Amino acid sequence: MKAMMNAKVEIDNVTKIYSGNKKNSQVLALDTTSLKIMPNEFITILGPSGCGKSTLLRVVGGLEEQTTGHVYLDGEEVFGPSSNRGMVFQAYSLFPWLTVEENIEFGLKNNGMTAAQRKEVVHTYIELVRLNGFEKHYPKQLSGGMQQRVAIARALANDPEILLLDEPFGALDNQTRTLMQELLLEIWEKSNKTILFITHDVEESIFLANRVIVMTSRPGRIKADIPIDLEHPRPYNIKVSPRFLEYKEQLTELIREESLKAMMEVK
Amino acid sequence: MEKLVKTEEVVKRPPLIPLQNKRNGKPKSRKWLQPQENIPHRLYIGISISSIVLLFAVWSLLTYSGMVDPLFLPTPTEIIHSGVILFTEFGFINDISITIYRVLAGFTIAVIIGLPLGILMGTFKVVEAFFEPVISSIRYMPASAFIPLFILWIGVGELEKITIIFVGTFFSLVLMTAVEVANVRRELLEAAYTLGRSNFGVLRSVILPASIPGIMEIIRLILGWAWSYIIVAELVASSSGIGSLILESQRMLKTGNIIFGILTIGVLGLLSDLILKVSIRKMFPWHYGR
Ligand SMILES: Nc1ncnc2c1ncn2[C@@H]1O[C@H](COP(=O)(O)OP(=O)(O)O)[C@@H](O)[C@H]1O
Ligand SMILES: [Mg+2]
Repeated sequence: MKAMMNAKVEIDNVTKIYSGNKKNSQVLALDTTSLKIMPNEFITILGPSGCGKSTLLRVVGGLEEQTTGHVYLDGEEVFGPSSNRGMVFQAYSLFPWLTVEENIEFGLKNNGMTAAQRKEVVHTYIELVRLNGFEKHYPKQLSGGMQQRVAIARALANDPEILLLDEPFGALDNQTRTLMQELLLEIWEKSNKTILFITHDVEESIFLANRVIVMTSRPGRIKADIPIDLEHPRPYNIKVSPRFLEYKEQLTELIREESLKAMMEVK
Repeated sequence: MEKLVKTEEVVKRPPLIPLQNKRNGKPKSRKWLQPQENIPHRLYIGISISSIVLLFAVWSLLTYSGMVDPLFLPTPTEIIHSGVILFTEFGFINDISITIYRVLAGFTIAVIIGLPLGILMGTFKVVEAFFEPVISSIRYMPASAFIPLFILWIGVGELEKITIIFVGTFFSLVLMTAVEVANVRRELLEAAYTLGRSNFGVLRSVILPASIPGIMEIIRLILGWAWSYIIVAELVASSSGIGSLILESQRMLKTGNIIFGILTIGVLGLLSDLILKVSIRKMFPWHYGR
């Protein structure tokens, strides 16, 4: 009971069944899942694609209603989306008619700040994601990596209790992806936000996390919960350290079993 | 292993444009036969101009030579002459104004009622469920077929013309707007919710701005149709307007006037389209180009 009070977010026996249009086209996307996310944790959820990772994240974000179970934020049950749970999507979620700074300002407009205060916050987050000089650019004019930095800044500017990211670097090339991982880690180290990050990339899941949650193939369940004991700040070359490689081997093995299962499943 | 094979493939792959470089010293010669391949801008313009010149030349040849009866097709000079007479002696400018007025009045009313309705239909399924069946079935009934009915109901005055334009544009405008609005990316709405916006806030600050460029393009397209509806309406029953002039000229066998009237309509449609096109591009730089 006490532990529950301390958790930033508690996912309590959540299941999700998608009911299609036809009567018997139901999909059990998420099997009974419980997870406690402590304040300041950086949790990555690792699983083969189609296993229900997005579903879990969207339930936490309030964008999808769970079939059974509860989600608590700071001990209070949450229903529906709200600015206390910020969300970053895989791609194309910026408002194309707004400039970089207007995108970041978007969420600030309804919490009673003056224009000057908003401007200051926007500036802070533009600095944080290193987009100085691009304030007046439209999303179209930015590379994929820059767009995702804006998306992260936009979510953070609202000062959410938890930041939810759904494969935010999945559409980026390898080099950009690595740099973005470092940037996000750096932001987390500075700000001590609570982060729930979804990925299907083993290396990414280890590099970012202090806990990796491995999910089974569909229907998704938690298969393993592995604390990552690596130093902070984490240099990029930690990825070739023996400890990192040990984690990698362990997780690759776990995820491989699930991917195989997913592949064998005839659809 | 796999990589090695792939590199070999790349090396062996024939050049993308066949018969181009190094072959018989005939570079670029067949480029215009290559599907979807661009041609030089100047060449493009040149070909475009030549098609108009050709049309004009054939027309001149047929008419000036006397091969064709001027009653069927007058010479270019005669048509210009008809135009001058129309403007100077028959007050053609009034016909043009009345036609423009009818189109704009009918279309404006259609936009004022149709846009909000279309936006609501695209946003809320309840509204869509209520209006969709009626509107989509009327949409396929051609507005021109309603003309006799409208004459019966409201006579042959201005209201009848405006009603025809309205009926001809309203239903498609509503449905196309609804589709445009319903196609706003889901991620954008969801992002707005997680940034603290309410349902109404999302409609106002996401759905509207996201769909406005598309809606403007729809308006531009449908305004084009309005020009043909007004002519039909004026041909059927009217004592003013470009359509009525065309009909009258036919009775008096003034082919030059007919052709000049048709050209005038074409120019009006082209102009209105151009004005909208340019202003849409100016208004939404984030949507078009960089
Ligand atoms: N809106 C939906 N309706 C029906 N089925 C869905 C819907 N969204 C996801 N699913 C199904 O639920 C399963 C899990 O999807 P998702 O959570 O997106 O997986 P992941 O993010 O791990 O790739 C998949 O089999 C997918 O087809
Ligand atoms: Mg997913």
